[in-house]
Amino acid sequence: MENSRRTFLKIAGISALGLSAKPVFNAFAVSEEHGEKKEAKLIPKQGALTAKRWAMVIDTTKFKSAKDLEPMIEACNKIHNIPVFENKRHEIKWIWGEEFKHAFPDLENEHMNDRIKSLPFLVLCNQCQDAPCVRACPTKATFKQEDGVVAMDFHRCIGCRFCMAACPYGSRSFNFRDPRPFIKETNKKFPTRMKGVVEKCNFCSELLAEGKKPACVEASGGALVFGDLDDPESEVRKLLKSNYTIRRKTALGTGPAIYYIV
Amino acid sequence: MPEEKKIYDKGKVVAGLLIFAVIFMFPFWYNLGKAAPAPEPVLTDKAKAAKECIEPKSFMKTEHMQILDDWRSSVVRDENRVYVSSKDKEFDMSLSNTCLDCHSNKADFCDKCHNYASVNPYCWDCHIDKPKENK
Repeated sequence: MENSRRTFLKIAGISALGLSAKPVFNAFAVSEEHGEKKEAKLIPKQGALTAKRWAMVIDTTKFKSAKDLEPMIEACNKIHNIPVFENKRHEIKWIWGEEFKHAFPDLENEHMNDRIKSLPFLVLCNQCQDAPCVRACPTKATFKQEDGVVAMDFHRCIGCRFCMAACPYGSRSFNFRDPRPFIKETNKKFPTRMKGVVEKCNFCSELLAEGKKPACVEASGGALVFGDLDDPESEVRKLLKSNYTIRRKTALGTGPAIYYIV
Repeated sequence: MPEEKKIYDKGKVVAGLLIFAVIFMFPFWYNLGKAAPAPEPVLTDKAKAAKECIEPKSFMKTEHMQILDDWRSSVVRDENRVYVSSKDKEFDMSLSNTCLDCHSNKADFCDKCHNYASVNPYCWDCHIDKPKENK
């Protein structure tokens, strides 16, 4: 009966081959189907505000006290789902008020004029030209957009906080706790963050895409001006031409895009 | 002449094997015929009225995770926020504002199958899962 074993093995081998070939044919059939389908495209939104390099001018002469800054801070906190923590160590800040001596430590004089001394300055991420946070980030979660905005990809952030150590302006905050229970009123159109990621001002990229100006600019009543630094005709450039402005810690070479009229 | 082979302690060995086999196969018998049927995602009225999602149903069924992944890279990193489907329809690439606008029943539409397949996407840690519902 040697012979029959031989034929059995042959038949078994051939059928195994046949069975294993079927999925391959299936795969071909599927990919053909894909080939016929028209490719989908991903395109930028129509009517979005675009620029070579976004910048902001803050006219501090229009502010008198901390109260004047509140509407802008409030507007930002509201649309970006920023939590409010009692514990200062857990605080999340995108835009906030800071004393002159803290915002501009290299410009502080022994004797300052009273207005500047007592005035809180509105500070936010400077959207630096050569941003140290971008260089520090090991996962490229923080990166520079083509319009000059220093953006964050929260999906990629591993929470190492190198960027926070690198940022000379303290513009970055870490979520030590789940922020959700501490958000007063959730803006359903914008995501929240989760525990373990760093966050910061995004220059309202999501609003720019809809053709709207940043929320703080809208709420400022003209004290904040937003525009393209590379366009000589822009409102920002006109203001810079006609006013003396300062920027924060320019000696560090980060190239901040937030200018202050003092 | 072949030597007679014999199992020592035959009774104990066979009994032991039997007990082992029963215990080993117990989970299979226990769950026999109890396999949960694959859940069907429930469509909201709005989703039903739209007839078709951004792409055909079969494509969405197998590729929605890949689409969402592409969307997130595209929106976050390339600033391309609009999806032009294979039928030339335009959609805002947003999980909360576009997908969940029709599929506002996350529990019956997303979670059911994800639970069945034992996958735990962490989208909802940040993205708002009930954009329409007031708190």
